[in-house]
Amino acid sequence: MKDKVTNILISGVGGQGILLASEVLSEVLMLAGYDVKKNEIHGMAQRGGSVVSHIRFGTKVYSSIIPEGEGDLLLGFELLETYRYLPLLRQGAKVVANDLKILPPPVTLGKEKYPENIQEKIKKAFPDTLLVNGIELATRAGNPRTVNVALLGSMVGALPIEAELWRETLRRMVPERFLDMNLMAFDLGRQAASAQS
Amino acid sequence: MKRTMLSGNEAIARGAFEAGVKVASAYPGTPSTEILENTTQYPTIDSSWAPNEKVALEVGIGASFGGGRALVAMKHVGVNVAADPLFTLSYTGVKGGLVLVTADDPELHSSQNEQDNRNYAKFAKIPMFEPADSQEALDFTRLALDVSEQFDTPVFLRTTTRISHSKSVVELGDPVTDLPVPSVEKNPAKFVMLPGNARKRHVLVEDRLQRMEVWACQQPFNRIEAGEGKVGVITSGVSYLYAKEILPHADILKLGMVYPLPKQLIRDFANRYDTVYVIEELDPFIEEQVRAMGIAVHGKDMLPICGELTPGRLKKALTGEESKAFFTPKEPLPNRPPNMCPGCPHRSVFLTLNRLKAFVTGDIGCYTLGFMEPLSAMDTCICMGASIGNATGMSKVLDAQEAQRIVAVIGDSTFLHTGINGLMDMVYNKSAATVLILDNRTTAMTGRQENPGSGYTLAGEESYQIDLEALCRSVGVKHLTVVDPYDIAHTRKVIKTEMERPEVSVVIARRACMLVKRDPVKRLAALVVDAEKCTGCKACLALGCPAIEWQPDAGDKGKAVINPLLCCGCGLCPQVCHFDAIGGRHEG
Repeated sequence: MKDKVTNILISGVGGQGILLASEVLSEVLMLAGYDVKKNEIHGMAQRGGSVVSHIRFGTKVYSSIIPEGEGDLLLGFELLETYRYLPLLRQGAKVVANDLKILPPPVTLGKEKYPENIQEKIKKAFPDTLLVNGIELATRAGNPRTVNVALLGSMVGALPIEAELWRETLRRMVPERFLDMNLMAFDLGRQAASAQS
Repeated sequence: MKRTMLSGNEAIARGAFEAGVKVASAYPGTPSTEILENTTQYPTIDSSWAPNEKVALEVGIGASFGGGRALVAMKHVGVNVAADPLFTLSYTGVKGGLVLVTADDPELHSSQNEQDNRNYAKFAKIPMFEPADSQEALDFTRLALDVSEQFDTPVFLRTTTRISHSKSVVELGDPVTDLPVPSVEKNPAKFVMLPGNARKRHVLVEDRLQRMEVWACQQPFNRIEAGEGKVGVITSGVSYLYAKEILPHADILKLGMVYPLPKQLIRDFANRYDTVYVIEELDPFIEEQVRAMGIAVHGKDMLPICGELTPGRLKKALTGEESKAFFTPKEPLPNRPPNMCPGCPHRSVFLTLNRLKAFVTGDIGCYTLGFMEPLSAMDTCICMGASIGNATGMSKVLDAQEAQRIVAVIGDSTFLHTGINGLMDMVYNKSAATVLILDNRTTAMTGRQENPGSGYTLAGEESYQIDLEALCRSVGVKHLTVVDPYDIAHTRKVIKTEMERPEVSVVIARRACMLVKRDPVKRLAALVVDAEKCTGCKACLALGCPAIEWQPDAGDKGKAVINPLLCCGCGLCPQVCHFDAIGGRHEG
């Protein structure tokens, strides 16, 4: 582990809260003592476009961009946006995917097709795939908009970080009035993941 | 020392605070916007949004001439707008330090071109620092302000999207405490750039560059990192990070200041190797200068000029090896382009322009997305404020009937940026086109910043709100109508009437952005499609609303359904439905 850089991707649709999830994740990694770099594109991408955030951590990290075929872990907030970024992963990488389809405009207009059996295709390529019903977890936590933190919770088992450090970071980064529901969403996500593995 | 994660932009703001900057001014533009959104968090800095980049720089110049330190920030194309004061500021020099941040956008993630603003450093004869990560963004901001005063020059700090928007670990420093108290003193030979004075200042500018070139050879920001001694690499900024990834054993001359270049240092470094690479994004800016010194290097003979570098692209260029994906989907994947948000007040305007077969000269903002299917109602896009002048010119060359189709579309913030000048010309020179001001009460595209028409300052204080109607009338517009774009029939009637009118007319489509930060718009309950009444005619899909989804397997030919998580109940789709199928609201 010492000199190896670990590469994490978070992908989804602009507006799903990917930015906050990647902020929390990189903050936690920094507090755990790692060198961390995080990158994503703001601007046009946020308006319902495809978004991917790159997070790299280790003893020393140079580039913030993860090269093709070198990702260790992908957290996908939407199935097509999970599938789209699989080429960034190495063989045997772990995938945590929100079991949700958001149809892009060209599909709604009937010009392009949403891939069929997408869950099976992801699992076939990456057997270490965990499908999570993020909206259901978030709704149980009290607000469907906590889906980003619920999904974050469902991937933490894959990282060498203690659960309390996550909670402490959420307490600092989430606005007070949304904190309880986010802490609950985080725990529900964690439980859902450990129940399946 | 406190350790924290900062983006490049946050680090620049922190550097400005630590360096004792008194005034920060900017116009929002990706990827620079967050710099001022963060300087405003420091009470010791007077931070403000200017109506455009030229004014922002002029405010910074004033602060500097008054003896205070100043930071001015803009995206790469913003420097084009600010270029007029910039080139003469190079002659006057500064009093308080002045740093101009230019945030370039290789790969055009959110821009209309990918110009390489390092060329401005050479063109305007102004030194330029280029950080490679957030720590350097902070350190170089402080350094730039010191150097500005030491050499009596404005200083560029150049970032790119990957620097501005990447976060990395930063150690914070302590703020400086010993800056002089601002004051003005008459010094026309330095500050009044008439020919007699400016001629003398030009000589000083040339001398300054020569002194800096020698000085730069001894400075720690231009450093050599020893490798195995076989290959030499000259690089800077984000390209340095990629060089470290792809050529971990190379000797690297990492330039922190990309203009003027430390020529002797480069010569001594290059002499040690048979092969020297210059690794840089976009133009061969360093490479051409190094070649002009008579040094043979590899650069753009191997690396791409277009687009940003990535570790993968650099590896392919240098070694011919491609990064390999383990898995690639077999089928073509549907695109997911950005789209106007549900409830966006621009949507119905573009539907109307599409239906009226208008030829639309466009501008820069969220509404530029109006060019996309299914709205397909924006036909040009050049730069901030261009739409109105473009419409004037176009209607000059077309016959009267064809000219009626020409409509200029511009946002409120863009209109105040540089659009108003075009409107003066349109009236003054008796053009006949129609101007549509899409007034959504904010600078939406860059993340909903305030502007002189929004009624608030960057700091959130209430301020005078420009009266757009009075402003248009004051430049001579006689026909002006305000419409609510949520009323599609009325909006269409007014736009059609004004397009047919052979005189200048302005239509203001006014409705706040759904995401506006202050006085937030109340979201209404989501609308519901009555599946009994929906005939699958797809009329609602013409709105291109992300909340309206198509279910191809429902009914005989499919039916529309509204996603309750996305819909904000704006009420446009019931107006376009021919069968009264949309009207009910989602409960809860």
